[in-house]
Amino acid sequence: MALHFELVSPERLLFSGDVAEVDIPGTEGDMGILPGHAPVLSTLRPGVVTVTKEGGQKERIFVRGGFAEVNPQGLTVLAEVAVPVAELHADLLAQQVKDAQEDVSDAQDDETRRRAQENLDHLLALQGALQ
Amino acid sequence: MPSLKDLRNRITSVKSTRKITKAMQMVAAAKLRRAQESALAARPYSERMATVLANLSSSMEGRDDAPQLLAGNGKDQTHLLVVCTAERGLCGGFNSSIARLAREHADKLLAQGKTVKILTVGKKGNDILKRLYGRFIIDTVDLRAARTLAFSHAQGIAQKVLKLFEDGQFDVCTLFFAEFKSVISQKPTALQLIPAAVSGGKTPDLGGAIYDAEPDEGEILADLLPRNIGVQIFRALLENAASEQGARMSAMDSATRNAGDMINKLSIRYNRQRQAQITKELIEIISGAEAL
Repeated sequence: MALHFELVSPERLLFSGDVAEVDIPGTEGDMGILPGHAPVLSTLRPGVVTVTKEGGQKERIFVRGGFAEVNPQGLTVLAEVAVPVAELHADLLAQQVKDAQEDVSDAQDDETRRRAQENLDHLLALQGALQ
Repeated sequence: MPSLKDLRNRITSVKSTRKITKAMQMVAAAKLRRAQESALAARPYSERMATVLANLSSSMEGRDDAPQLLAGNGKDQTHLLVVCTAERGLCGGFNSSIARLAREHADKLLAQGKTVKILTVGKKGNDILKRLYGRFIIDTVDLRAARTLAFSHAQGIAQKVLKLFEDGQFDVCTLFFAEFKSVISQKPTALQLIPAAVSGGKTPDLGGAIYDAEPDEGEILADLLPRNIGVQIFRALLENAASEQGARMSAMDSATRNAGDMINKLSIRYNRQRQAQITKELIEIISGAEAL
């Protein structure tokens, strides 16, 4: 049994096909989605989605501003930004970090500031992991 | 009666006009293909988004803590109209038909005693609406610098709208754009953004199971609804881009044809007049010779 996985960004459909397993960075912790997973809705934190194909090869995709839905038909990840890790440049990440820093300084109230800060922390962690 | 030289000049000028409209038509056709592709590519995202939202909002229905973006803030006094048009003209009735729809909507609201605010996206819509509704226009977004539409442009507009909503500047938001039906048909459309009109998304069959939401449904909705505004605006912009090119293509096609007709008519007139002049000169010579 395979898991049908779709990764969609506003600009296009990035991935669609049957895979063995997908690990997604949920807001409240990483989740490994296997075929037959119970229906779940979850927001995502910026991080890396790892797709394990049926042959065992892995593909790593960086997502930001995302959302995942598991239903009996499969798993759908909606992400505002999705870039394969292989194509991820340090410059791009630096740009994202800069944006996030601006978000923190632009924040009007504590709640948005907290969220923006969280966002920034994740990005910095990712940047550290890549180097 | 124009002289032969005048006619000749006119024919040359119409010919060069035809060259320009022909070139514009071909450019529009090439751009249309690209615009259509990106509009198509963006469709899965907004469809999935609609499904998930429909799912979540049905579970939030009737609850007091439903987010304002979904349920509205309980008033409908101030309306914000987001009017998306093109940056360029020469595309037939494209810009004016969107502006007309917005104007009719605004007139209806004004007649009901509501307050109207307008946010225009694109220079042309601003130009058209400025004359009559200049005092209602609160902001204008210019996308002329953008070569290809990216999601970030839509997000910028969405953030503006959301900020205005949070500040209580308006209660209901409606988006105006032209839906791309086909190359020859573009339909001006009004879409309600806030409160979100959630419908059409079909709920997948879960086989009796219910969604396990993480964090919880309210929080997911709070995260998703603002994002949905951006997605809807992005969709509208892409549809608009495709519609604009389609409208320009057909407008330029008929302009090229009209120029061709005009050249034919002018050439016939030119030839007739030239012939008449030759005949006249001949008669003068012959009658002069006979008089001797």
